[in-house]
Amino acid sequence: MAETRTSSTYRRRNIGSGFLFGIGLVAFIDEAVFHQLLHWHHFYDRSTTAVGLVSDGLFHALSWFATIGGLFLFADLRRREALQLQAWLGAVLLGSGAFQLYDGVVHHKLMRIHQIRYVDNVLVYDWAWNIAAVLLIAGGWFLLIYSRRTRQS
Amino acid sequence: MHDHSSHLGQYPMPVHEHLLSALPFALLILLYAGAAVLSSRRYGRQWPLSRFVLWLLGVLSAAAAVVGPLAEQAHRMFQAHMAAHLLLGMLAPLLLVLSAPVTLALRVINTGASRRISRILRGACFGFLTHPVTAAFLNIGGLWILYTTELYALMQEHLLVHIIVHVHIFLSGYVFTASMIYIDPSPHRTGYVLRAVVMVTALAGHGILAKYLYASPPEGVPAVQAESGSLLMYYGGDGIHILLIVLLCVQWYKSARPRLSVDKKTSRTA
Repeated sequence: MAETRTSSTYRRRNIGSGFLFGIGLVAFIDEAVFHQLLHWHHFYDRSTTAVGLVSDGLFHALSWFATIGGLFLFADLRRREALQLQAWLGAVLLGSGAFQLYDGVVHHKLMRIHQIRYVDNVLVYDWAWNIAAVLLIAGGWFLLIYSRRTRQS
Repeated sequence: MHDHSSHLGQYPMPVHEHLLSALPFALLILLYAGAAVLSSRRYGRQWPLSRFVLWLLGVLSAAAAVVGPLAEQAHRMFQAHMAAHLLLGMLAPLLLVLSAPVTLALRVINTGASRRISRILRGACFGFLTHPVTAAFLNIGGLWILYTTELYALMQEHLLVHIIVHVHIFLSGYVFTASMIYIDPSPHRTGYVLRAVVMVTALAGHGILAKYLYASPPEGVPAVQAESGSLLMYYGGDGIHILLIVLLCVQWYKSARPRLSVDKKTSRTA
């Protein structure tokens, strides 16, 4: 009994670590690819709302911490031989997708922090962005359920 | 263009004035080196050279912000001002905290004085000042006040305000860093979760201010300078915050080390 309890505690920690790292990872890709390499995203868009500026700042800060903290949690799980890789990866996808969706819907559209790309048919980009987010969430969800099944059997 | 800053001495400043204002920093380096030698002799154990190097680099980056060419540029260019502030308020404090100056001082001063210092460090007043929340407020709140009120313009006019702002930037940066990572004796320790939350909030406050300045510069700062200055603040701040986050995580990782497999549950709470 005691063993199953620690194992489920560790499952939660695997998911927490993966989720944090997922948020950080997608934010990092966003910054590196869309801001720095492609220059599609703008650092500041004059139509940004005040609440958008705050939300953007908070999520940017959180994603820095989440990337680093998530990896340290990962190292801690490995050190304890408690890593459940499938659950961890599932949570990474889930975290990535959740942040991507929040970024795509709330940041880009509602708070108008910046657009994905400054072109006429930005709607196409928005759909691609958010469908990718939903796929990530679905993939993560599937992996998490699958990892529980395989552990029980 | 240049005359509004002429109250702060001639431009360019004569060489001997540069040397004179660099003197205190040279003394700080010598003081630490002397203390390190004394401590090594007294304890028969070498004070780590790496700590001296950290102190040296820390003093140099603080010095670069207040004397020399960058400091001079900072009076007329917002980008240079921002670079100086990154050095003085973030990089120098981090390097100096890592060099453990309080530990070294407690080793070399006499026991009476060191007891008195320890008592102050343990006191409630010091505990309040060095609490992560207070430290973050003083640090980031101070920056908001500096750049969103007339204080920035005032600082360019009056030498005294200029000095107070710089001292505040450095001290609040030092206290904030010391409240996040524990190198020196820190009697008022707080948990990792609290420090993580404060760290994220402070980093957010810094980043939001940087983006805000991009569009609404302080009085008297031209838009072009504000834009590149705020980019520097944003990404430079990110860079140093990453170091801080890694150090905080390393300290957690060490303290959460599982002792034995039996201890798994107790070490989880660390």
